[in-house]
Amino acid sequence: MRAPTSDLPLVLDGISLQAGATTILDRLNLTIAPGPPTLIVGPNGAGKSTLLRVMMGLASPTAGRVSWGGRTASPPLRRAIVFQRPVMLRRTVAANVAYALAQAGTPRRQRAERVAALLERVGLPDLAQRPARKLSGGEQQRLALARALARDPEILLLDEPTASLDPAATRGVEEIVLMAAQSGIKIVMASHDLGQVRRLAGEVMFMVRGCLRERAAAADFLDHPTTPEAAAFLRGDLVI
Amino acid sequence: MSDQYSAWQLILNGDAALFAIVRLSLAVSLSAVALAALIGMPLGALLALARFPGRSVLVVLLNALMGLPPVVVGLAVYLLLSRSGPLGAMGILFTPTAMVIAQTILIVPIIAALTRQTIEDLWAEYRDELTAMDVSQTGRMVTLLWDARFSLLTALLAGFGRAAAEVGAVMIVGGNIDGFTRTMTTAVALETSKGNLPLALGLGLVLVAIVLAINAAAWGTRVWSERQVG
Repeated sequence: MRAPTSDLPLVLDGISLQAGATTILDRLNLTIAPGPPTLIVGPNGAGKSTLLRVMMGLASPTAGRVSWGGRTASPPLRRAIVFQRPVMLRRTVAANVAYALAQAGTPRRQRAERVAALLERVGLPDLAQRPARKLSGGEQQRLALARALARDPEILLLDEPTASLDPAATRGVEEIVLMAAQSGIKIVMASHDLGQVRRLAGEVMFMVRGCLRERAAAADFLDHPTTPEAAAFLRGDLVI
Repeated sequence: MSDQYSAWQLILNGDAALFAIVRLSLAVSLSAVALAALIGMPLGALLALARFPGRSVLVVLLNALMGLPPVVVGLAVYLLLSRSGPLGAMGILFTPTAMVIAQTILIVPIIAALTRQTIEDLWAEYRDELTAMDVSQTGRMVTLLWDARFSLLTALLAGFGRAAAEVGAVMIVGGNIDGFTRTMTTAVALETSKGNLPLALGLGLVLVAIVLAINAAAWGTRVWSERQVG
């Protein structure tokens, strides 16, 4: 089902987010438009997760304005998010996807067909009738991707989806993400795995302490960082 | 029911009067649990998710109402249903229907309060996912109630335990009429006051055994189905 409106471009205009005396996001100005995958990198505590939550509309900034396709205060129409630890509904794998489709407004009689297609897309067709909570971490993350793709998103936000997965499961998730990117979905993904950045990124946003320090094409960022913090981060030094 | 028989003999002989009492007790209490679940679960879920001024007061009040004395509920329902009461025209005082109403009022707070706590805890876990999927308020309630179904079984059992064990409310609004509104608890009270202690004790043991069996069955169901769903 095609929604008439669009969630892109996603514009952050002077976004700050404070929790008590702590500044989590510090005056961010950025625009996300269709294009190759954007990876948000930076040390733990840089504000990557919070930035994604603001982009999704799950967290409200204390200053500034977010807009999706020119609309502020927009329900999540064509955007979706996958968390580091997704919550599986206490039902079967297929029922989890059917639920996401129902919430996205997919007519009832199209759901079975779309559930099958989505499970095929994420490589879980054989587990359709298994209880979702019985899946392994990697399988749960694939199911979370299927639920997110069920919303037919223009933009897919991912918060370190492979942080607790083994290499084989990580590859599975990355393949799905790349496939989604190739089908025209804008990917915005937080990661602190530089290998993953190399494998997936079209461009990189580098964050430190809530500030956006660099935004560059992935190759440029990896080979010629312009800030000393980014250079230190790429060397593997601790960036505080 | 004759005094010289012990309760065990009654059971072994399949005494019709005894089984009528057991059947009525179960019918009244299970009906009350079903009605109270229909009212209390949505109420508890709503209270868990809604944010409005005075919510904390309502939560405290609901928790306090879990300790509502059965005799007070019985008295209130009696006043409502008695000939001169506002609902007296219905003529249902001293009927099983009146007993179901009284027990429902008694256990709605228990089921609602336990549901609220369960749903609120589950909401903390589900909040981000459901918000990201743009689930409506009603949809959230339904989703959380369904996904908490195993935990909510405990709320139902607490309600059933309360209903099956209480004597004050059914005594007042039912009247302990032999063969019509006599339940296990009112029969125990009656036999005790008559000095027929063996029969009272036997009935009491039957009551405890039934409550135990229902709890065991519910527990088994929960463990089994949780193993299926994870």
